[in-house]
Amino acid sequence: MSFSLGDKSMHNFTPLSALGGGLLIGGAAVLLLLLNGRIAGISNITSGLLALKQGDVLWRLLFLGGLVAGAAIYYRLFGNAPAPRLSFPGWLLGLGGVLVGFGTSLGSGCTSGHGVCGLGRFSVRSLAATCIFLVTGIVTAFVVRHMFGVY
Amino acid sequence: MNKYVSVAISGFVFGLGLAVAGMTHASKVLGFLDVTGDWDASLLLVLGGAVAVTAIAFRLVLRRKAPVLEGTFRLPTAEDIDQPLILGALIFGVGWGISGYCPGPGIALLAAPSWETWVFVPAVLSGALLHRLFMASRADGPIALPGSERSL
Repeated sequence: MSFSLGDKSMHNFTPLSALGGGLLIGGAAVLLLLLNGRIAGISNITSGLLALKQGDVLWRLLFLGGLVAGAAIYYRLFGNAPAPRLSFPGWLLGLGGVLVGFGTSLGSGCTSGHGVCGLGRFSVRSLAATCIFLVTGIVTAFVVRHMFGVY
Repeated sequence: MNKYVSVAISGFVFGLGLAVAGMTHASKVLGFLDVTGDWDASLLLVLGGAVAVTAIAFRLVLRRKAPVLEGTFRLPTAEDIDQPLILGALIFGVGWGISGYCPGPGIALLAAPSWETWVFVPAVLSGALLHRLFMASRADGPIALPGSERSL
């Protein structure tokens, strides 16, 4: 491992694809609001499935199915599917997942619901949530990576 | 257009955007959250690009009386920064910082399944279910299990 200046030049920063992907994500949220009148919050769309309310399941499955298909087609065309982390502890990933599910359910939203859509609606509630999860995410990533050395 | 077709198209564009942005890679998301490492600012541009679109277009869309294919807009009504919001966002951030996945990229794991998919997706659903059960057990009256929810 070297600590030369070159390593800090953000060689992994991908501004064009990040901006392009962001525009697509925002566009998808606009489409869902314009056509179906709904907020594209992935945690709410997913956890709403658990209510098993009649007439409220199919659209959720179709949205999530579309989401999976969109990513799958991109991988098929460009071969850029994420490789699974082989040394990351399974129990820790499971714990992370439970916290993501519980937290987004309790806090009524995630990066898409509060971040992309809530900020777009100028919701102060969503701004507060977004700041909080960004800060705890940054602190947690630091602890996991640099204090426990888990990548 | 059928209202179910439009939902699937929105989902498709959303998933495509996540993959284009590289946000389905936990390592890339963690490269952003880990500000003391070899910092990758990409996520900031993803969020910024997405919010630039919604901030402008939501305003125009909400001038309509109703969405194109359904009767009403279904928007969140809560406005208070209350304890569940703060605590929930706090807990979600911890899970996000551990795993590198928020719910969208978590679901997108199904597009290229690996061991991470079969751990993370059930874990997220269990977490959400746990919250539902927790709420139900705190509510007055008989415990409402998932599936027994009824609109009065």
